[in-house]
Amino acid sequence: MSATDIDIDTLRDVAGTMIPASAEFGMPGADDPAIFEDIVKSIGRDLPHVREAVAEISARSGSAFGALDRDKREALINGFHAGGAPSIMTLGRVIASAYYRDDRVLLALKLEARAPYPKGHEVEQGDWSLLEVVRKRPPFWRDDRKV
Amino acid sequence: MNEKVDVLIIGSGASGAAVAWSLAETRMRILCLEQGDWMKSTEFPSGERDWEARRFSDFHISPNIRGRDADYPVNDDNSPMKIANFNGVGGGTLIFTAHWPRLHPSDFKVKTLDGVADDWPIDYWKLEPFFEENDRMMGSSGVTGDPGGPPRHPPMPPIPLGRTGTHYARTMNRLGWHWWPSDTAIATRDYEGRAACINLSYCTPGCAQGAKASTDITYWPLALRAGVELRTRCRVREITTDQNGMAAGAIYYDAEGREHFQPAEVVILACNGVGTPRLLLNSASAKFPNGLANSSGLVGKNLMLHPWPVVSGYVGELMDGARGPITCLWSKEFYETDPSRDFVRGYMLQFGRGVGPATQAIVGAASGHLPWGRDHHRVYRELLDHRVGIGVACDDLPEEHNRVTLDPVLKDSNGIPAPRIDYAIGENTRRMMEHGIARAEEILAAAGATRISCSRTALNYPGHLLGTCRMGSDPERSVTNEWGRCHDVKNLFIVDGSLFVTGGGVNPTSTIQALALYVADQMKQRLANLFD
Repeated sequence: MSATDIDIDTLRDVAGTMIPASAEFGMPGADDPAIFEDIVKSIGRDLPHVREAVAEISARSGSAFGALDRDKREALINGFHAGGAPSIMTLGRVIASAYYRDDRVLLALKLEARAPYPKGHEVEQGDWSLLEVVRKRPPFWRDDRKV
Repeated sequence: MNEKVDVLIIGSGASGAAVAWSLAETRMRILCLEQGDWMKSTEFPSGERDWEARRFSDFHISPNIRGRDADYPVNDDNSPMKIANFNGVGGGTLIFTAHWPRLHPSDFKVKTLDGVADDWPIDYWKLEPFFEENDRMMGSSGVTGDPGGPPRHPPMPPIPLGRTGTHYARTMNRLGWHWWPSDTAIATRDYEGRAACINLSYCTPGCAQGAKASTDITYWPLALRAGVELRTRCRVREITTDQNGMAAGAIYYDAEGREHFQPAEVVILACNGVGTPRLLLNSASAKFPNGLANSSGLVGKNLMLHPWPVVSGYVGELMDGARGPITCLWSKEFYETDPSRDFVRGYMLQFGRGVGPATQAIVGAASGHLPWGRDHHRVYRELLDHRVGIGVACDDLPEEHNRVTLDPVLKDSNGIPAPRIDYAIGENTRRMMEHGIARAEEILAAAGATRISCSRTALNYPGHLLGTCRMGSDPERSVTNEWGRCHDVKNLFIVDGSLFVTGGGVNPTSTIQALALYVADQMKQRLANLFD
């Protein structure tokens, strides 16, 4: 499948509306060229839902989503998403999945820009002393041999 | 034509691998047919930057979404719970969480103790040595001394509590409710050729480190070394029978779609609680018009799927996020029947760590806590690595209207009729769910969580496929006898989750494998008169 039959300009506007660039947090937007290219490339098997979502957004905006002011664009997206339609949920997942693996995004979040393997992660042992009070509790499972 | 084998096993997952390994010491000629491939750990998502996205594509737990060549479709439209499985060497253990509780002794005697459903024909204590053997073979980790269940002896120390587990533990101690670090089938130190867990993140889409005990790296290397043959990309269409009504072997398709017949003295089904009844129903013949081994009419019926709501929230402190095995502790506080409640049986609470950066955005938006637009970044920072979540693993009782049948239209790529699922959550389970949701909300509130929300279908793919060929002593009320041999066909055995009489309220894999080892042991003890 390809994304050639999606209204790419509207999709870009939708991505940039859902996750806009932020100077305050040092974040690119999902309409950043590299991120958007990754979004389009990764649509794959989700093409039918993505196409449907973009078409619905276009219809709700009178085929002029990009021309709406920011408040109206955000209200339209959040209203559509709140309805829980599989198409917009899928579109949100596709955009978020590509956005939150971009190096600049991860580094701005103080995360490492890498796959989990092979380095893995440190997880602290935690406070095992908390278990002592539980250990002192008598067994409370039903032993069928005694019932 | 293929040479006749002594034992033909269909399916190489949790139970097929265990039974193959156990029977190998008999020196019989044993062959296992698996419709999937060997998986390469280098291809698991955690080695790639798109590791989160692939859980929604080629490593999705639903075969309908995953759609690999080895997968078969399942019509689960008429079920709020969806079917999860994996078709490859190791089966569902490739994608399971490796959470490792056992059924309780009371789960085997629900009729006697609670007056519902039926007792199993065996009890916990008969399985106990096989639980222990399986823990050693799979390599389990945990802590002894849990007052919430019978004694266990995991050979490895537990996974870390971490920040998240410690936070839960403090809360549960304040409430005075039971908790215990989860037993897992995850190597916490180097174990039998497996490397120790390095906290890669989600364990479900395969473990690139090889720390998780999928059977392709536990039982299978030993079974193969002992002489068992494993033939991949072989999709079985039907079990055939001879003039005496005994199983004669299996007809299967290879990867190129060529049809083969594999004769066998004994056939063992290990295809899970959906695949096994599907195969038996697809094996209908003039002698067995309602499907093979189905004189009781119970093949495919009493399907149990474990309803599993999830309650989540966000705390002020930094938690573990997606780092570390998914589930860090459990609670059996509400597992056993309490007459003061409006339901019988009970549930296990499972305490999860967090989610990865992309998944946080997805679940945050889905729950309505994370807006799209200019406020996205500010709110996202309040959520990432602050998430806590509790799963309510509900006991599931058998009801005959919950069932697997053959879909009249849907077929797999070889033209074999696909399974159709009809399933509804029972009234007792609904009341149990609501009780569990309320307790989970209470715990999260006590933990200081805000933005608490519940998804009754958050984990609607637990992949616990149980009860569709139940075991029992009465041939009119069960498909197999008390050691897994079909009442109707005395050289046909079942070893997977289909055998479960009731569901219990825990992840079932350790019990499925203990059952498989028990059936294998019974077979070995009766080799001289196996068909009497």
